Amino acid sequence: MTDNAHRGFWGDAWRRLARNRAAIIAAIVILLVTLVAFAGPAFSPHAFDAIDWDNMAVAPGGPNDHWLGTDRLGRDLYVRTLQGVQISLQIGLLATLVSLCIGVAWGATAGYLGGKIDEVMMRIVDVLYSLPYIFIVIILSTLFDRGNVYVLFLAIGAVGWLTMARIVRGQTMSLRRREFIEAAVAGGVSTPAILLRHIVPNVVGPVIIYATLTIPQMILFESFLSFLGLGVQEPQASLGSLINEGAQEMESAAWLLLVPASFLVTLLTCFNFLGDGLRDALDPRDR
Amino acid sequence: MLRYALRRLLGVIPTLFAIITLSFFVIRIAPGGPFDDEQTLPPEIKANLEAAYGLDQPLHVQYGRYLAGLVRGDFGPSFKFKDFSVTELIAQGLPISLTLGLSAILVALLIGVPLGSLAALRQNRPTDHSIMAVAVLGIALPSFVVGPLLALTFGLHLRWLPVAGWESGQWRYLVLPVITLALPVIAYIARLTRGSLLEVLRSNFVRTARSKGLSERAILWRHALRPAMLPVVSYLGPATAFVITGSLVVETVFGLPGSGRYLVQGAINRDYTLVMGMIVVYGSVTLLFNLIADLLYGWLDPRVRYD
Repeated sequence: MTDNAHRGFWGDAWRRLARNRAAIIAAIVILLVTLVAFAGPAFSPHAFDAIDWDNMAVAPGGPNDHWLGTDRLGRDLYVRTLQGVQISLQIGLLATLVSLCIGVAWGATAGYLGGKIDEVMMRIVDVLYSLPYIFIVIILSTLFDRGNVYVLFLAIGAVGWLTMARIVRGQTMSLRRREFIEAAVAGGVSTPAILLRHIVPNVVGPVIIYATLTIPQMILFESFLSFLGLGVQEPQASLGSLINEGAQEMESAAWLLLVPASFLVTLLTCFNFLGDGLRDALDPRDR
Repeated sequence: MLRYALRRLLGVIPTLFAIITLSFFVIRIAPGGPFDDEQTLPPEIKANLEAAYGLDQPLHVQYGRYLAGLVRGDFGPSFKFKDFSVTELIAQGLPISLTLGLSAILVALLIGVPLGSLAALRQNRPTDHSIMAVAVLGIALPSFVVGPLLALTFGLHLRWLPVAGWESGQWRYLVLPVITLALPVIAYIARLTRGSLLEVLRSNFVRTARSKGLSERAILWRHALRPAMLPVVSYLGPATAFVITGSLVVETVFGLPGSGRYLVQGAINRDYTLVMGMIVVYGSVTLLFNLIADLLYGWLDPRVRYD
């Protein structure tokens, strides 16, 4: 593949992505939400865990500076929600990164070595696949002190690599027989070096696509665990734990449910649209 | 076919055994025991408690005892629900969880397949576009958002259905939970059905059927639908796992006394035996459904050979 053709591929992909209006809008919304989530709390006079004894469970738009109202304990919902978005985004990225590393390493190794090793490695993936995710995460969550969210993200990422491993393995198997690999083997390059320098760079396309679709899954998963009380712990807020609190108060204070829920749904929908758009752009066959 | 089914059923046992062994040891490595929260416990009493539950034995002895109990259908005592055995707890909750999960999968098939077929038959027309747009939303909306919103709308504001709770034999309490649980599965099945039906409708044998003058209706029912169902059937395995995961949330949101909450509570309380029991039971259910899906696939697709 010449350098020219290479640029051509990414150029084509970029043009296809730019034409996909839904994906572009989704990307812009994600950027805006990220910006607001990280910069927004600074504009509010309240801290995420500060209790305002005079304004408990007040609705949005009241005559005070709680722009999105407060919860039952008088904590500012605007700041808490944005903090939850921060955590969701960080978790989404971190867990995706972990699952990406494990998945690519596992899939490339299994696909390249083949034979018995491949069989055993993929059999493990199959078994893990047939189990509900939540089992593994619940078992893992007993391993760590609760409240240590970052360890939990690593654990979540450690579960999310299965599909990535399958995709990378498939790609690797088709690469294995190619001439440039044969040349590398003949030239005496070691197996780890071949994997790292020749296999991995060639699976980047599908890996990017799948990683974008993994981020919303990981965000969803974190919220899910926090909703159940297994994830982020008080006084920290995550979109999931906020939704859980909101669901308990929805009879008297529906905004406690609606505000974090709309942020979560917006993020998830946008990431899904962007991922679909990237898939169409990078892999036009699949449309 | 029967021999194949039996052999596959036997193949489930080593997998289940691996799951049990792995989760047993991982859970026991975890720091913190079930009696840690009772802060004022003097060391002697704690030691007595642990001895009473056999926790003072070496790990491999505990493991042997646990396996021996499992074979007899005894999941051991619960550490937190002190007057109950894990078997009793699960036996109370499982029927409700199974009713919920099976209804959700059934509803998803009954709604998802027709919706997907309709979208495929009206490809690129408004019907198709609106069905698929709703499907994207159905997949993107998590059950812990949909559940409370449905309860808010149909329970609190319209007062058509109970917000939460459970009375046995009262189907009204199941409607909202089942819809919440089924919604993403409906969306996914509709997408799968649409995609595979479109492909089948373009295939050679459908063209042959058309050219011999069969009506579109006859083609759909007699020729196209069966092969188009194959991806949906293979999705039933993952769908089971998905529904089990979703049922944890749905049971929490709607206050159903199912067994799903024991998995979560067990993990929070470090109730080893309860978590283990739930993993064994739900793991078996998952493996069983994967097996049923495989057999159904073979029955639908005559190209699959058993040897």
